[in-house]
Amino acid sequence: MSNANSELGALLARGYQHGFVTDIDSDTLPPGLDESVVRAISARKREPQFLLDWRLRAYRHWLTMREPRWARLRYEPIDYQGISYYSAPKPKGDAPKSLDEVDPKLLETYAKLGVPLHERARLAGVAVDAVFDSVSVATTFKERLAAAGVIFCPFSEAVQKHPELLEKYLGSVVPYTDNFYATLNCAVFTDGSFVYVPRGVRCPMELSTYFRINAAKTGQFERTLIIADAGSHVSYLEGCTAPMRDENQLHAAVVELVALEDAQIKYSTVQNWYPGDEQGRGGIYNFVTKRGECRGRNSRISWTQVETGSAITWKYPSCVLRGENSVGEFYSVATANNYQQADTGTKMIHIGANTRSTIVSKGISAGHGQNAYRGLVKIMPSAHGARNHTQCDSLLLGAHCGAHTYPYIESRNAGATVEHEASTSRISEDQLFYCQQRGLDTEDAVNMIVGGFCREVFKELPMEFAVEAQNLLAVTLEGAVG
Amino acid sequence: MSTPVLQVEDLHVSVAGTPVLKGITLTVPAGEVHAIMGPNGSGKSTLAHVLAGRPGYEVTRGSARFEGVDLLAMAPEARARAGLFLGFQYPVEIPGVNNAYLLKAALNARRRERSEPEIDAFDFLALVRAQMRTMQMDENLLTRGVNEGFSGGEKKRNEILQMLVLEPRLALLDETDSGLDIDALKIVGRGINTLRSPTRSVVLVTHYQRLLEYVVPDRVHVLARGRILRSGDRELALELERRGYDWLLEEQSAA
Repeated sequence: MSNANSELGALLARGYQHGFVTDIDSDTLPPGLDESVVRAISARKREPQFLLDWRLRAYRHWLTMREPRWARLRYEPIDYQGISYYSAPKPKGDAPKSLDEVDPKLLETYAKLGVPLHERARLAGVAVDAVFDSVSVATTFKERLAAAGVIFCPFSEAVQKHPELLEKYLGSVVPYTDNFYATLNCAVFTDGSFVYVPRGVRCPMELSTYFRINAAKTGQFERTLIIADAGSHVSYLEGCTAPMRDENQLHAAVVELVALEDAQIKYSTVQNWYPGDEQGRGGIYNFVTKRGECRGRNSRISWTQVETGSAITWKYPSCVLRGENSVGEFYSVATANNYQQADTGTKMIHIGANTRSTIVSKGISAGHGQNAYRGLVKIMPSAHGARNHTQCDSLLLGAHCGAHTYPYIESRNAGATVEHEASTSRISEDQLFYCQQRGLDTEDAVNMIVGGFCREVFKELPMEFAVEAQNLLAVTLEGAVG
Repeated sequence: MSTPVLQVEDLHVSVAGTPVLKGITLTVPAGEVHAIMGPNGSGKSTLAHVLAGRPGYEVTRGSARFEGVDLLAMAPEARARAGLFLGFQYPVEIPGVNNAYLLKAALNARRRERSEPEIDAFDFLALVRAQMRTMQMDENLLTRGVNEGFSGGEKKRNEILQMLVLEPRLALLDETDSGLDIDALKIVGRGINTLRSPTRSVVLVTHYQRLLEYVVPDRVHVLARGRILRSGDRELALELERRGYDWLLEEQSAA
């Protein structure tokens, strides 16, 4: 990790030069948000003027906005002045020094998920610079991507190296005025990922492993921008199946995807932030704005998400189908156990002629969990021959949980076809007994049945992720029935 | 004499407070096939389900032992792993769960119980394919969801396939013959006969005697109104075929 280390060192040194905070170990802005904080973040990142201006416009707009309350979510008000909006990598004195200091329950979970030993320390936030030797791996990836002309780097690096691409595409899918959380993100985002796949290039690898090595601690206001130029193809995997150590309660990320003519983007997420304890104390509030635009003809954007973590999930990965014949897909598994609340779904906005969209949503509720699917299919007058198929299934485990479905359909073109199917079911005693009679204990039986329920979504995930997702679901629902 | 595979004594069972079985006594020695016949609603299926440990039944009196061990004290999955198999009258569909996957999990649960290693994927496939040929099943049924979209006959064959792969010590087959055409009945009968051995026992729960033409039982018991009214050999089944069940019920009422 010597590359990354020297980068980090350089970054920290820069911070010092700019007269921020003299002590490296406490390179953190005090809590609170005003224009000077926005300016400070931008300065800290040595951003060009257009970006600072954009951040400031967002911040000023945010001041006029109110937190949305339409979602089916209950939580204490968030104190936006109580958050520190910039924090460099955690002071090392704070983090556990070895695995011996890490919560044994967390380690047990890693073992169950089959996380390799050398990765457990990194995930648990152990303060070791290079927990595992990834230098050669990272270098190989970089070389292969560079040979193909693919740009894949931290967002702040893209700011320095590719400002023209940022100026052209940043905020072009999710404008800075979009919604309360996205606007906040525009003002204060600190880092994230940037991908550009040039015309006609098929990205030579899934952008996943690389991400796992490089993008830990991108922070709570993360920003991702992926541009697939004409005829290109990219598959991006976000997240990690193991629970990450994280002290930030509020997460407000923004992801923008742009697919030009004949381009394809496949974006897969496994989200497993800390869900809070069994009584519903703590846990991450995850308010995320993800949207992709099929800007060119015959383009395709596919979202696949497995959402098992967070105390609150507020997330609607969407597709704007502008290009003729473009295709949007949304495959989702969302679970809510204990006192978790999920309000998630998608928006498919059909603008171009013959655009098609598919929505498959699988919601699983257990314990006192509340799980809502909220989806919008909007057919604009120009979308002749547009088609949508939505399938929305809910599975209830136990008597105290809830499943809710809010499908919105707005069709302004009589020639469009919109289909919606929905079902709610419980794991039947007959199914459980059948599996038990074949020798499976209750927990294995439940896992197997739930896995079957989610199969249509899991098969959309890249192979190694699908296996992890299934294991993750088993850990998440542990003790939900029995 | 060695320990019987199944020994039921004076078993009384209620469902939601209503007595359904009123004192069943039944002994099935190793290597034997017993048929339990009787009119609808007589308690035949209840007996099979109670022995397999289905929830919702209350045993109010009596005992059931499996190879000498108290069956009623065991969890359903423990009974299965010990070698008790229930062939369901209405096999349930489990959407999205691969048929072969469930079967492999079941086999491995049984092997773990005997401290054997998990079966190798290739050995498993070879074993299942061989038994599918016995049952004349289409191989695509292996990769479909468990019983998902199977025809009635396919579901029943799938039950027998599972039995052949799991090689139980005791198979309780609940109306496995119902809804089968004559060809399927022969195939199912052949499957059951394949399992017969001096160390394995089978209890066939059936309404009609036609399956017994293919699987010749050692003993036949007539169960009605929650009791075993009469036990005999193969001849009893034929007599029931000729005369129905009413004469037995009348005899019992008179007594």
